[in-house]
Amino acid sequence: MALSESIAALEGKFQVPGKSEFRGETALTVRREDIVEICRYCKESLGFDYLIDIASVDNFGEEPRFEVVYELSSIATNEHLRLKLAVSEDELNVATISEIWPTANWHEREIYDMMGIRFTGHPDLRRILMWEGYPYFPLRKDFPLGGKPTDVPDVAFTKAAPLEGGPFVTMPSTATTKDREPRARGAEELAAD
Amino acid sequence: MADALAAYDSKVEGNIIFTQADAAINWMRKNSLWPMPMGLACCAIELMAAGAARFDIARFGAEVMRFSPRQSDVMIVAGTVTYKMALAVKRIWDQMPEPKWCIAMGACASSGGMYRSYSVLQGIDQLLPVDVYISGCPPRPEALLEGLMKLQRKINGEESFMDQKRVLIESLS
Repeated sequence: MALSESIAALEGKFQVPGKSEFRGETALTVRREDIVEICRYCKESLGFDYLIDIASVDNFGEEPRFEVVYELSSIATNEHLRLKLAVSEDELNVATISEIWPTANWHEREIYDMMGIRFTGHPDLRRILMWEGYPYFPLRKDFPLGGKPTDVPDVAFTKAAPLEGGPFVTMPSTATTKDREPRARGAEELAAD
Repeated sequence: MADALAAYDSKVEGNIIFTQADAAINWMRKNSLWPMPMGLACCAIELMAAGAARFDIARFGAEVMRFSPRQSDVMIVAGTVTYKMALAVKRIWDQMPEPKWCIAMGACASSGGMYRSYSVLQGIDQLLPVDVYISGCPPRPEALLEGLMKLQRKINGEESFMDQKRVLIESLS
């Protein structure tokens, strides 16, 4: 089935509030409550047998704040379909699709770990990169790049990383690269950092 | 034995060598440094290359990679130490028997390297006493061997035996 037919079938069967095309790729914005049925239909009737990835976007300052993006693919026809849904900060949960594609299990755990969106019905929603007890969701836009200090005794601690200065940083000035690079600074100056 | 810390007297029968306890102990320690290969990232690949035939860390007596900390002398922290891994590295270090040394191999283990990030420990020296830092990202095997030779020179200058005896006497009194 060609991609345009698949999209027409989806639009006929479900409510599709938004649709955009960019460089030959189509993204459909779908409703949050439909996602499980849409995914099941895509896999069983439209031949999208491969879930490439699930991503999440933090549109900090906008409402709804978060987006979850599903990348679907068909191995037989090499077609690629992107599904997007909006998640508001007040209702940080999406139904899991790990029953349909088992690979979604870890993708959803990663999104929970990094962005804090919970997946209802997920069989094992634990953090996957950070440790249990880490209090933040580090890929959110309001989380500082250098991190925040935390401490879970006997498990792990974190400190905020310095993002300016230090012995490896090129000095900002109009001088040549040779005079700005770290080795051009004297030992006393480096020790002062 | 270098640095004139030992003398060989050919006139005395039976190949007798005169030396000091410190010099003899240090000579044995520095020529049989058994590494704890704490390979955490790409530096571990260079560590493996240093162990293989072309660079051959065995020339310096450090080829016996021990995966039990109880049998190790020097921990080579080769790679990015994430906060998730940090306390595990610290525990393995605590399990190594004295005397023990630590080599921070590469930019990440020395300072966090390019990972100025919420998830990466900014240098293993925040948790362990580091003896030798090796620059590079990753360092070439020659740089690791140079760091190892630096450590050997450092061990050669230590008061191995007397120092421990002093600590023992102080702890008893």
